[in-house]
Amino acid sequence: MEITVAEALVRCLEQENVEIIFGYPGGAILPVYDALNKSVIKHVLVRHEQGAAHMADGYARVTGKVGVCLATSGPGATNLVTGIANAYMDSVPMVVITGQVATSMVGTDAFQEVDITGITLPITKHNYLVKKPEQLPAVVKKAFLLASTGRPGPVLIDLPKDVAQTKINFKYPKKVALPGYKPTIKGHSAMVQQAAKIMMRSQRPVIYAGGGVRIANAAPELLQLAETICAPVTHTLMGLGSFPGDHPLFLGMLGLHGTRYANQAVTECDCLIAVGARFDDRVVSKISGFAPSAKIIHIDIDPAEIGKNVITQLPIVGDVKNVLGALLTHMEKKENTSWMERIRRLKEEMPLHYKQDGNLKPQYVIEKLNEYKEDSAIVVTDVGQHQMWAALYMRFNEPRSFLSSGGLGAMGFCLPAAIGAQLGAPHRQVILVVGDGGIQMTMQELGTAAEQKLPLKIFILNNNRLGMVRQLQEFYCDSRYFAVDFKLNPDFAELARIYGMEGYTVETPEHLLEILPRVLSSAAPVVVNCIIDREEDVLPMVLDGSNIDEAIE
Amino acid sequence: MKHTLSVLVENNPGVLARVAGLFSRRGFNIDSLAVGMTDNSSVSRMTIVVEGDERYLEQLNKQLHKLVDVIKISDITRDAYVDRELVLIKVSADAAKRAEIMQLVDIFRARIVDVSPKTLTIEVTGNDGKVTAFEDSLRPFGIKELVRTGKIAMLRGKRASSKNHINKEEDES
Repeated sequence: MEITVAEALVRCLEQENVEIIFGYPGGAILPVYDALNKSVIKHVLVRHEQGAAHMADGYARVTGKVGVCLATSGPGATNLVTGIANAYMDSVPMVVITGQVATSMVGTDAFQEVDITGITLPITKHNYLVKKPEQLPAVVKKAFLLASTGRPGPVLIDLPKDVAQTKINFKYPKKVALPGYKPTIKGHSAMVQQAAKIMMRSQRPVIYAGGGVRIANAAPELLQLAETICAPVTHTLMGLGSFPGDHPLFLGMLGLHGTRYANQAVTECDCLIAVGARFDDRVVSKISGFAPSAKIIHIDIDPAEIGKNVITQLPIVGDVKNVLGALLTHMEKKENTSWMERIRRLKEEMPLHYKQDGNLKPQYVIEKLNEYKEDSAIVVTDVGQHQMWAALYMRFNEPRSFLSSGGLGAMGFCLPAAIGAQLGAPHRQVILVVGDGGIQMTMQELGTAAEQKLPLKIFILNNNRLGMVRQLQEFYCDSRYFAVDFKLNPDFAELARIYGMEGYTVETPEHLLEILPRVLSSAAPVVVNCIIDREEDVLPMVLDGSNIDEAIE
Repeated sequence: MKHTLSVLVENNPGVLARVAGLFSRRGFNIDSLAVGMTDNSSVSRMTIVVEGDERYLEQLNKQLHKLVDVIKISDITRDAYVDRELVLIKVSADAAKRAEIMQLVDIFRARIVDVSPKTLTIEVTGNDGKVTAFEDSLRPFGIKELVRTGKIAMLRGKRASSKNHINKEEDES
C-alpha cells in the first residue's frame, strides 16, 4: 500500500516501539505532525526546542531506550543544537528528526532553511539528509541502530518537506547494511586474562567507574568485581549510581571537586581499573600526577578513548558488561585487609565537611534531601555549584538515579531533562536540584511540566548569583567579581503558583525541615525556593595545574 | 614521519566533509588528500598523507574509524607500494629558454600539454621525489602556476590494501 513518507516515518517509529516524542511543530515538519496525529505515540508539546532535546535525553537516560525529539527546519533545528551536543558528550541514545525545506529549495537560503546536517556534523554520531523518498525506512532503521548500539549517541534525520509528502510503497526493513560500523562487544581474551592477572596481583587496586557502566547495565558485575578483588570504587560524575553509595568500598566522586579520599586513593593505588570512563580533564587534572604509581587498565567500548588523554598499560575494548563478566571468570575472591584499613583511615581523616552557622547551607539542603528522598528517587541536577554539592553529598544505590549534564556542562539541562525522566519513569520520585541561574535558562518548560501534570519536586538553590563563576573569579581573578550577580530574580515560589504548582520559599534550616516531609510526599508539583548562603564555595577543589591529591578545602 | 593512509569510504554525499571536518576539529594536519570512486561506484577511496608520531597516528586512525561512512583504513606506509601524483606546471618559456625546458621534460619523462608564446604547460606524474625534483629544476625559469592532485597509492604485488568489493548487503525487507 502506498503511504506518504511522513506516514512511513511514523510507522517506522511505531515499529521501533517509540512511546513518546518531544517536539515543537512548524512549517517544514507539518506533514510529519499530520501523520503523527493519527498515531498512538504520545507527543509532548514543549515550549522551546532545546527543551525537547533535553527531555528526550532525560527520558533516554532513565529508561535506557532511545529518546526521540522532533522540530521544524531552521530555528527549530538550531534550537535543538545544545541538546544534541549534550547527548553526544554524554553518550545518550537519541534520534532527532528535523523538517527541512523542499529539496528544490535546499541551498537557496530559503525561508527557515539551515544546513542542520552540516551544523550537527561534529555533535552527532551520524546524520542523514533524506533526499530520496524510498530511502526513509532504511535511514530510520539505521538511525535507531546507530543511536542505541556501541557507544550510544544522537543521530539526526533531516527530512525535506517535499520528500515527506511523496508517496512510497512502505516496508520496514528487518536488516540494514552498515559496512563501516562494527562495534567491538567482546573483549580480547588474552588481554582479559592478562588484566585479571594484574588485578589479582595488585596490592592497592582502585576502580574508576564512569557512565559506561550505566549504559552497559553493568552495575552487578561492577559490584562483584569490587568485592572480589577488594577494590574501592570511585566514580566520575556520569558514573554515580552505578555502585551503591552505602557500600564500604564506595569512595564517592573523584577529580576536580572529588572527595579527598577518592583522589588520595587514586594517587596511592598500584592498579587503576578504568571502567567505561574517559579520563576527562575534570577528573585527571595534571596528567603526570594522576595515579602515578599505577598500572592502568582501561575498559571501554570506544577504542578512540584508549590512550587519548592518558597512556594505559592494558586496554580492553569491548562492552563493559561483557568484559567485566569475562574478567570475573578468571578471578577468585581475595582478601586485602591492609588496603581496606588504609581506605577506611583515609575516609576518616579526610571527610567532606562544611561549617554550619545558622544560615541555610546548600550542603545541608542536599543532605536533608538525601535523607528524606525515596530510595528509588531520580535526582536531576543542572550545572554549577549545586551540581557538585549534589554529587558529593547525595548517595545513590541504583543506576539511572542521578542525571546530570557531564561532558557539555549545559546549564538549563535540569528542568527539561527531569520532565523527560518523569515521563519515562512515572512511578519514581523525581527531585530537581537546580540553581537560580540554570532554572532561568529553560524556565519556560514549567509550562510543559504543569500541563503534563508531573509531580516534580523542584529545589532551587538560590543565591541570586552564578555561584560557580563567582567561585572561579574568587580563585582565578583575585575575587574581582563581575557579571555574576542577578539583581533581579523573580519570586520563584510565586512563579510556581502562577503555573498552578505549589511554591515555597525557605530561608532557614528549621523551615526546610518543617516542609520537607510534606513536600516530598505530596502528589503535586512543587517548587521550593531555598535561599542559601551566598558566599559558600564548592570544596574540595583542585586548582588548575595541581595534582588531584593537592586539593584545597 | 609521513604516513600514507588508504581509506575506503561509502560514497555518500557529505563523506568528504565528514573526513575533512574530523581532521580540522581534532587538530590533525593533512599533507594531501586525494579522493575518487573505486571500481565499485558505492565505494570511494581516499589516499591521505599525514605527518605525526605513532600515538598521533593511532588516535587519528581511531577517530577516523568512528565515522560510520568509513569502511576500512590501511596505513600502508611500511609496506611496499607504488604511489603516483599528477602535477601540472605552467612555466615561463620564451624562445631562448624553450629548448632547455624541453630537454628537462624529456629527462623527467614529462609531457608538454599546452603551448603559448610565453609559456609551456607541462604534465608530470611520479612519486613525491621525482615531482619535487622536476619542480626544483623548473623553478629557475619561473613557475607561473602549479597544481598537484595529491598522492594516490597502491600496494605492490597481488596483495590489496582493502577489497573494493565490500559485501554490501542490500537493505533487506
